[in-house]
Amino acid sequence: MILIKCPYCGQRDQSEFANGGEAHVIRPKNPESLSDKDWGEYVFYRNNPKGIFYERWVHSHGCKKWFNAVRNTSTDQILKVYKVNEKRPDLSDFENTLKSPSGEPLVGSGNFAVKK
Amino acid sequence: MKKKYSITSIIKNSLSDNENWGKMWRNPNPKKHYDVIIVGGGGHGLGTAYYLAKHHGVKNIAVIEKGWLGSGNTGRNTTIIRSNYLWDESANLYDHAVKLWENLSEDLNYNMMFSQRGVLNLAHNEHDIKEIKRRVSANRLNGLDTMWLDKNEVKDLVPIMNTNNLRYPVLGAAYQPRGGVARHDAVAWGYAMRADELGVDIIQNCEVKGIKTDNYKVEGVETTKGFIKSSKIGVVASGHTSVLAATAGVRLPLQSRPLQALVSEPIKPVINTVVMSNAVHAYVSQSDKGELVIGAGTDGYNSFTQRGGYDVIEETVRAIVELYPIFGKMKMLRQWGGIVDICPDASPIISKCDVEGLYFNCGWGTGGFKATPGSANVFAHTIAKDEPHKINAPFALSRFSDGRLIDEHGAAAVAH
Repeated sequence: MILIKCPYCGQRDQSEFANGGEAHVIRPKNPESLSDKDWGEYVFYRNNPKGIFYERWVHSHGCKKWFNAVRNTSTDQILKVYKVNEKRPDLSDFENTLKSPSGEPLVGSGNFAVKK
Repeated sequence: MKKKYSITSIIKNSLSDNENWGKMWRNPNPKKHYDVIIVGGGGHGLGTAYYLAKHHGVKNIAVIEKGWLGSGNTGRNTTIIRSNYLWDESANLYDHAVKLWENLSEDLNYNMMFSQRGVLNLAHNEHDIKEIKRRVSANRLNGLDTMWLDKNEVKDLVPIMNTNNLRYPVLGAAYQPRGGVARHDAVAWGYAMRADELGVDIIQNCEVKGIKTDNYKVEGVETTKGFIKSSKIGVVASGHTSVLAATAGVRLPLQSRPLQALVSEPIKPVINTVVMSNAVHAYVSQSDKGELVIGAGTDGYNSFTQRGGYDVIEETVRAIVELYPIFGKMKMLRQWGGIVDICPDASPIISKCDVEGLYFNCGWGTGGFKATPGSANVFAHTIAKDEPHKINAPFALSRFSDGRLIDEHGAAAVAH
């Protein structure tokens, strides 16, 4: 269970929100000239990182507005919440939140015992 | 195969206080080079190594596991086995597995505790009835033993079920008598023991950090115990498959989410079959120890934390209590989560990819355990022959560009 800070309503329980998957996926501008493979990529393929993930949320049991968030999928820590019309934050802003090569931070990933 | 377990060996070992059973598999240091490397020491991975060695004569195989054997989803599921899937492709694949399950204890001389106690899929509204009856008909055309039961027949089978006095009344169910449950640890251990006997190196506590490729050809894996060379690599890492694929520059249409399960305190036998319900999000069976084994849904967002959200359990338990009022005051003992890799069409990917020598067996989502022997069997064939077995040919990655999806959202049930 996560607490999410809706940019319009403030901090609420995650159960008030619905997740909209990866953010910043842009519909191709030239669908008629795309190959089946490229079109398949757009329709079915999404990033699935263990670590920094840009995603969309909608406050479906609140203001019903969409917004974006940056979350560390190995800890569920939400690193930033921003409105849809705001600029996508740079990946380098969050790099120091990841510790190990495969993305698990040393504390709190749930996959490993807490190490000091 | 050495027959390790029999009534005489049990009596003999009991005389020495069970101190002399010996190790079930070696714990070797990794060699510099293997002919085939399997990444992931769960049931699917160990099974793949076993069938590669046994059926395809591959000698030099390693299974690399980052934790201990079966510590991922093999040890975290609710052990339900069934094959009542809608489409021909899925029915072939899952029933191939059920047929192997039926002889697995004998094949490996290790007790899988495979119990064909039947699986019920409940219908709670008109739409459920139509969808389930359609699936039953499709199953029967594929020679599966699924049948439609009306409300009274369901009640006869599961007397503790509340069929009338609830928000979504039980109107009937699909029933597959050949379905059931098995012991999940035994699957990993049985395959591990026999694979080890055939010379497979099982390397535990060794994490694969990346797959090294050169010009669309695999060269080996970078691990916490150094670089290991191989020209064929099979990735069977469930939730972490897309993370590994990314290190080889391969993108997969997978999303990883936590899936939870929980068990109750042990009680006397009250339910002797497996009951699943899509509409109210609940499934339950009773283990041989007497615990209720309850499966919950996936979290609504991508995550690699092996925990899952509390609201998901709450929803499931709510449905269980309404469906079985007798469980209202039971205490839950344990809860856990596993990271499942969900495919857009709720069917697995057992496929080659653009990189030569790199094979994937993934996308099993919330229902991989039931398919363990079948999946391992056809994946071994795919790796050994460098082409898919006819059973897993439809489960290629190419279906996400040519549109031949195998949509099993209905049959994959609860958690998708």
